[in-house]
Amino acid sequence: MSDTIEVATIPITVDFSGGLEMLFDNQRRHSVSLPAVDSGGKPADIAFLISHLCEKLMKDPRAELFVLDSHIRPGILVLINDADWELEGEEDYKIQPRDNILFVSTLHGG
Amino acid sequence: MAPALCVNCKTERALIKRPKNHAKLCKACFITVFEDEVHHTVTSSQLFFPGENVAIGASGGKDSTVLASVLKTLNERHGYGLELVLLSIDEGIKGYRDDSLETVKRNAVQYDMPLKVVGYDELYGWTMDQVVETIGKKGNCTYCGVFRRQALDRGAKMLGIKHVVTGHNADDVAETVLMNLLRGDLARLARSTSIVTGDSRSEVKRSKPLKYSYEKEIVLYAHHKKLDYFSTECIYSPEAFRGSARGLIKQLERVRPTAILDIVRSGEDMARLVPGESSSSCACKGQTATTVAPAEDDIGGCGSQNGRTPGNEMATMDKQLRENEAHEALQIDMAKAMSESKNGNEKQKELPIRSGNSASKGGTRQVRGNCKRCGYMSSQDICQACMLLEGLNKNRAQIQI
Repeated sequence: MSDTIEVATIPITVDFSGGLEMLFDNQRRHSVSLPAVDSGGKPADIAFLISHLCEKLMKDPRAELFVLDSHIRPGILVLINDADWELEGEEDYKIQPRDNILFVSTLHGG
Repeated sequence: MAPALCVNCKTERALIKRPKNHAKLCKACFITVFEDEVHHTVTSSQLFFPGENVAIGASGGKDSTVLASVLKTLNERHGYGLELVLLSIDEGIKGYRDDSLETVKRNAVQYDMPLKVVGYDELYGWTMDQVVETIGKKGNCTYCGVFRRQALDRGAKMLGIKHVVTGHNADDVAETVLMNLLRGDLARLARSTSIVTGDSRSEVKRSKPLKYSYEKEIVLYAHHKKLDYFSTECIYSPEAFRGSARGLIKQLERVRPTAILDIVRSGEDMARLVPGESSSSCACKGQTATTVAPAEDDIGGCGSQNGRTPGNEMATMDKQLRENEAHEALQIDMAKAMSESKNGNEKQKELPIRSGNSASKGGTRQVRGNCKRCGYMSSQDICQACMLLEGLNKNRAQIQI
């Protein structure tokens, strides 16, 4: 038995649009290997994904444009495989391999 | 969790949960319902006449892109007989408008519509970059708002078009209702709820066909139809007060999604309490006439929307106050009399109108006329834009010396 703990990850794609790209390297699509469980050992859900994105992927210091009070900022829509996250359990949705999660802001103008 | 099925077709997987009624719809049914509702707004408010030339105020953003796409679809589907043109304003802000204008140019090809771009530089001899260079970032929104308000009208006139549609959505209207409520400005609140603005004296009519469309659904429509739009934020100072109102609306929506349309409807109901204003509710609720409010008082905001200025507000407010006094002195309840003749016994009461900012500014009676310099509709001798330009040009002269 090896002492190194293999951290299982879930491969997913995460998209940002509606102005959120600018917080993530001005890049729309990101391939993310999300740890399968959070620090408490619970299976990865959307809430965990959001904190993971803030910690690991976002280089812009303006995190408040993405999260407010550790929840997604009101006015940002979340689509899980093209479906409104309200149909999928919102923050509690358990991430599946090859899921596509889209964050799209409604807050920006033309 | 088993995927929910669309409540409409009952075969496809639901992808959208509608904020107005929580209905779960599939992609195809959502797109149809969204378009049908805009069609309903258009027909019940009698926004267009066959053969009308209509300019779409296009910024390249989500709202105006969806408006162009939906109007093109409905025009073909229902035979509106409209000639649609894209009309864009170039404020002259490098790194902001130049990118979104590229989007509008692509839209013109995608929707097969002619495109007219009017620049602040050609209209006023100043780009916003030059204005900011001269006066600084503080207060530049006032200039931009005053200039933009006229620019759409002037662009339309250049094209010989008398009707401009803008992409203002239900969230924008709710936001403006809330802002005016917080300012104690019931007169402006009343006007901001109108679907049509521009009175008989103004040559260009304005309307908002997406007035009842949720911003969320506009973004989802653009996403599912894969529309090409551009999101940006003005690089100059944002409007703090509007931003707060916007944040509040979005937080309310999170807790109670129907709140947005409820605020719009409350705004319309309050409008009916204001002397000289009537509501512009959808005809299916009993009011058939579309309301016409002065174009100068269109709702404000940055991005693709119009700004607002304290000067205009005070002038309009003064006029309103005098009208109120006249109403009270004569003890004639015109609104009531009119509403009774139109709507039977529907009870209406008038409330005294009070300005949140400056109720007591005396002065001569203002009559809606034209600017003596540029000829644009104005309640003063010299319109706002010309006043601002005069100040700017003096500054430029000084700098050159």
